[in-house]
Amino acid sequence: MGDHHHGPAKGIGRWLFTTNHKDIGTMYLWFSFAMFLLGGFFAMVIRAELFQPGMQLVEPAFFNQMTTLHGLIMVFGAIMPSFVGLANWLIPMMIGAPDMALPRMNNWSFWILPPAFLLLASTLFMEGGAPAFGWTFYAPLSTTYAPPSVTFFIFSIHVLGLSSIMGSINIIATVMNMRAPGMTYMKMPLFVWTCLITAFLLVAVMPVLAGAVTMMLMDIHFGTSFFSAAGGGDPVLFQHIFWFFGHPEVYIIILPAFGVVSQIIPAFSRKPLFGYDSMVYATSSIAFLSFIVWAHHMYTVGMPIAGELFFMYATMLIAVPTGVKVFNWITTMWRGALSFETPMLFCLGFLVLFTLGGFTGLMLSIAPADFQYHDSYFVVAHFHYVMVAGAVFSMTAAIYFWLPKWCGRMYNEAMGKTHFWISFIGFNLTFFPQHFVGLAGMPRRIPDYALQFADFNMMSSIGAFIYGASQLLFLYNVIATIVAGEPVSDEKVWDGAEGLEWTVPTPAPYHTFEEPPRVGPGVHAHG
Amino acid sequence: MVFIAKQLCKLALGPVLLLMSVIAVAAGDESSINMSPGVTEVGRQIYNLHMIILWICVVIGIVVFSVMFYSIIYHRKSRGVTPATFHESTKVEIAWTVVPFVILVVMAVPATTTLLDIYDNDEADLDVIVTGYQWKWKYEYINDEGENVSFFSNLRTPQSEIYNTAKKGKNYLLEVDEPLVLPVDTKVRFLITANDVLHSWWVPQLAVKRDAIPGFINEVTTRTSIEGTYRGQCAELCGKSHGFMPIVVNVVSQEEYTEWLGEKQAEATEIKDLMAQTFSLDDLMERGKAVYDSNCLACHGANGEGGLGNAIAGSPIATGPVGPHLEVSINGVPGTAMQAFGEQLNDVDMAAVVTYQRNGFGNNMGDLVQPIDVYNHKKGQ
Amino acid sequence: MTTQTSTEYEKYYVPEKSRLAVCATIGLMLSIFGAASIMNDMTFGDPDEQTYSWPIFLFGLFFFMAVLFGWFRTAIKENIAGMNSAQLKKSYVLGMFWFIFSEVMFFFAFFGALFYVRMLAGPWLAGEGEAGRMNGLLWDGFEFAWPMMQTPQEAVGGAAAQPLANNGSYTSAHTSMAFRDAEFWWKWLPLWNTLILLTSSLTCHFAHTGILEGDKKKFNKWLTVTVALGIVFLGLQALEYYEAYAHFGLTLNAGIYGSTFFMLTGFHGFHVLMGMTLLLIQLLRSVMGGHFTADDHFGFEASSWYWHFVDVVWVFLFLFVYIL
Ligand code: HEA
Ligand code: HEA
Ligand code: HEC
Ligand code: CUA
Ligand SMILES: [Cu+2]
Repeated sequence: MGDHHHGPAKGIGRWLFTTNHKDIGTMYLWFSFAMFLLGGFFAMVIRAELFQPGMQLVEPAFFNQMTTLHGLIMVFGAIMPSFVGLANWLIPMMIGAPDMALPRMNNWSFWILPPAFLLLASTLFMEGGAPAFGWTFYAPLSTTYAPPSVTFFIFSIHVLGLSSIMGSINIIATVMNMRAPGMTYMKMPLFVWTCLITAFLLVAVMPVLAGAVTMMLMDIHFGTSFFSAAGGGDPVLFQHIFWFFGHPEVYIIILPAFGVVSQIIPAFSRKPLFGYDSMVYATSSIAFLSFIVWAHHMYTVGMPIAGELFFMYATMLIAVPTGVKVFNWITTMWRGALSFETPMLFCLGFLVLFTLGGFTGLMLSIAPADFQYHDSYFVVAHFHYVMVAGAVFSMTAAIYFWLPKWCGRMYNEAMGKTHFWISFIGFNLTFFPQHFVGLAGMPRRIPDYALQFADFNMMSSIGAFIYGASQLLFLYNVIATIVAGEPVSDEKVWDGAEGLEWTVPTPAPYHTFEEPPRVGPGVHAHG
Repeated sequence: MVFIAKQLCKLALGPVLLLMSVIAVAAGDESSINMSPGVTEVGRQIYNLHMIILWICVVIGIVVFSVMFYSIIYHRKSRGVTPATFHESTKVEIAWTVVPFVILVVMAVPATTTLLDIYDNDEADLDVIVTGYQWKWKYEYINDEGENVSFFSNLRTPQSEIYNTAKKGKNYLLEVDEPLVLPVDTKVRFLITANDVLHSWWVPQLAVKRDAIPGFINEVTTRTSIEGTYRGQCAELCGKSHGFMPIVVNVVSQEEYTEWLGEKQAEATEIKDLMAQTFSLDDLMERGKAVYDSNCLACHGANGEGGLGNAIAGSPIATGPVGPHLEVSINGVPGTAMQAFGEQLNDVDMAAVVTYQRNGFGNNMGDLVQPIDVYNHKKGQ
Repeated sequence: MTTQTSTEYEKYYVPEKSRLAVCATIGLMLSIFGAASIMNDMTFGDPDEQTYSWPIFLFGLFFFMAVLFGWFRTAIKENIAGMNSAQLKKSYVLGMFWFIFSEVMFFFAFFGALFYVRMLAGPWLAGEGEAGRMNGLLWDGFEFAWPMMQTPQEAVGGAAAQPLANNGSYTSAHTSMAFRDAEFWWKWLPLWNTLILLTSSLTCHFAHTGILEGDKKKFNKWLTVTVALGIVFLGLQALEYYEAYAHFGLTLNAGIYGSTFFMLTGFHGFHVLMGMTLLLIQLLRSVMGGHFTADDHFGFEASSWYWHFVDVVWVFLFLFVYIL
């Protein structure tokens, strides 16, 4: 058995049958990028329709399908798989493992994703149209009143859940079992920590989502009455179950992003991460709190006041550990020797914009104020600040940061910086005005709006096109780098980068750490 | 030290000025970029709360970002600095855990009092049942003097404005055929529910947003101190025309209100009279078109060409016997979007709209449906 | 035949490449596509129209199961070939543990739904509590009790009379599964089912001690008993469902009581079936393949954890679905 082939197989079989964490990571990343383009395309349809008042391009029913698929594809198709891909590439290299713990299952977790999304996207062509009930699919709009395609939607959610659960089990097993000798938990790079905690969250909440869609399925086809008051159920029950999954889900989206930023900021500050231990504790606290705040999405359903108060206080508390993180990052930069390559720029963009998004989150958490904010564009602004400027920016930073390590070629720095600035401006132009229209009373998920919202919406649409176009620049830059970038061969691509992944040759060979390295004192594992 | 402080001030100035100008505009009363304090006590409380938390966040933001930008400017490699190596301090960690916590407590106090004020369950002077339908609102007055008064409130904006063939009016999308009318300075309790899917009744100026949940009734009260017309929209995704189910509330003086209520009751009696009459084809067609446009058009299309619902033009049901046509219109088709309109339309309107469907859109059946036919059909079940 | 390299650690076996995952994906997706089509034909389609939903579903399912069979066989072969280091075995242990944890959370969703309707939504519908005090306007005459023997819809006089759009008709059971409705305690099936499952956990444990002692005979004997008990449990459960439908009026349509009852017991029953199958496979491996030794019997161990988990879920079910 000892004679491994030290290179990838040839042809399509390499990708279909691979068990190599780097191959699988690559596939995840490309897949998620494709989904990002698709979801982004749907967002462009939304923004084009909202460019001015009146119905121009699409019908209201189709608009709702766009909103729904945009949300679903971005969350489940773009962001989550992108971080699983990153985890696949990096965790074994960061903890000194030869591969993921369960390589064949790893391949399977990936390969069920594309068909699941194919199934989801194919609903667009089904009779009655695609799901049009929002990414939160509240019953009974998603049960009794749903188009037939909802059955396919439900099953595709089941498959996505299965994929996430298997992916997470793999990450947990890898981190718990595959660390190189000497790599204690408190020596792991922070990115590994955040992936581990995210994986816990996923294993805990994806099955709950599976339960929710199963109940929907039963209500639709088998006459049960979980979400129907006439039979003794309650439509709000759906929301409780959904958000018990849904709130942890948003931290599933952001925690790996925190991890990425915690790797990159120290590298370009040329200074170790400040407060490593407190970062670990803060991440854990956020994860814990995320289980007891779900009903802040439901302040207006008419909960008893004790519930409102409890969920309000619990939600506000999340600002504390998140604050700790923000302060730690800023202190890491303090008195460092900063330089501003593209990854760092995206991290700084993340820092500023995520914090703004966090502030609006805090405002939303104040129950009485949320009575006015809820389901308005203020909420849309909030979550795009945390998800686009949070998750997508950090993911972009990660690609720029590790791409040279992966393929041994340097991206074009000028183009990278241009990408950043266009993104930054485009992003803010898109989503900052949404705060205003939201506060002024524009509800979300509407295909047409009253005249007083016209100016800001036009601004927002223009911003969205700018931001969207900048993503094409990114795509071009990445491909150009892989195909014909300036070769780099230093093990440490960045002079400030620390960690095991920077000790292997560049480009990273197909198999790394087949013999585990020793991590002793003096070896910086986590910068 | 002084130097650093000065630099800091300079640095902070930019963002501060920017934010100040934004907020200054925002704080204006008739603002299109900030929340409106509205016309109720609760609304003002919420508005103040909103401004407090906004300002706290602004201040924290300024502090945090100033430090960050200070680093960015002064601690850059290109200035030839050597990086420090410090990387932990339990003391500061504790400090920046405790300080935000205290700030949060400060925020929680007004938040809690406001919430308690909103959840006030004392008796109200007037109760109105608000029911969300796909895609219109129904209002019912249930106190003694308002008994029997109940009506639907439909979008009034014509399709031509929505599809850009006519110029959009001032209250584009925010106008209804029959607004809700409430007396000023009266404590009104809304009993909010829904008929089909979730909706949410939101009027920003009244600071009321409450979900309408089929099978459950949510309570929320308001007391408006200024007369006027207040507009809002459905705030929970409820299907295709979610963006097209506005809310208009007319708050009027007590006298006007009483007068209006009297008219409404008279109207109800009038309908009773009308139900006993027979109508000519022209009368029915005219009335029928109005009913069709506000109730059926959304699904069956302006020319009966269909859409979410089947085509009416040339439809086997609309060109078949009257019985099944009435049956579908009155009782709907369970399990589809075709609702039971028997409860929503009075017999006169129902007769008119069915007649309209049978004779309009080139169907030309030539038969009349009278209110008594509708009445008999309902009885016959 | 463990692959030792020059260093002191055992090499972690990474399979070179494998067709299993892609094949499993094909099977899974076909079966899912088929299942969804079947359900849609049921509710939305024309019943006379010729569809291929069933063949697709069945083909997908069998294909999937065949692949899974092949997958496990490969893993077992590798183990027998000595390719699995202690570290790899630990990965399997972790994988199984977290898989079971995810299953726990799946049931948690259904128990959560049960508690929510029993403690909050039900009373609200009946007009109890601050949050529900006006609901009498909608469901006049509805009284909340658990098991819910009259749905709100029935309380107001049926589907046509209910104040909101009629989206289905919900009947209710006239006899519940609760103990007080059983004529004699020994006729109360859940009690027997509880005894059977608890015993089977015990016998499963005996089998485990057997293999730990290296006593294959003891192992086979107790494992057979365990599997048999599992089958008896499933039989009784089937009988119970038959009773429910035929004599109790307790169906999936029977309001939220029927919904929660069948979802909880149904998914539990399905898990018993899976657990029983797993154990049966271990039994066949042991008897026919001669697998398992005192220090190498992970397949059995994993299955037994699963079995104990199913058992614990039952205890909660017994408590909250049948007794309280
Ligand atoms: C990446 C995803 C992400 C993240 C990280 C967050 C973070 C937070 N979110 Fe957000 N949220 C979403 C994604 C996310 N959210 C989505 C998708 C929705 C809408 C779903 C839908 O309906 O479709 C939503 C909606 C949403 C709502 C419901 C709004 C409504 O529908 O009415 C609420 C309400 O409480 C909320 C609150 C918060 C809070 C308090 C945080 C906190 O974690 C933020 C904490 C961060 C900070 C506060 C900033 C940094 C801190 C400091 C600098 C310290 C000092 C600060 C103070 C003491 C103030 N979010
Ligand atoms: C991480 C998740 C994520 C991400 C990255 C995004 C990215 C974007 N989102 Fe979205 N969004 C959600 C998650 C996300 N969103 C969710 C969960 C909802 C709620 C859904 C619901 O209500 O149910 C939502 C809702 C939502 C709305 C509200 C819809 C409504 O309420 O009706 C809007 C409106 O402006 C919007 C816009 C955008 C834009 C412009 C982007 C841009 O950042 C996208 C940029 C990317 C591209 C554009 C792709 C790249 C370019 C091309 C493919 C080429 C074509 C380009 C051009 C023609 C210029 N999103
Ligand atoms: C919410 C959407 C909606 C509205 C509003 C609506 N309908 Fe319908 N209608 C439908 C749908 C969907 C069908 C098809 C039902 C089916 O599948 O049989 C339908 C079918 C019908 C048919 C039978 C046509 C045929 O040939 O099958 C008639 C008649 C009809 N509607 C009358 C009306 C009248 C009268 C109104 C207004 C008072 C109205 N509808 C409003 C959705 C709607
Ligand atoms: Cu009604 Cu949205
Ligand atoms: Cu949340």
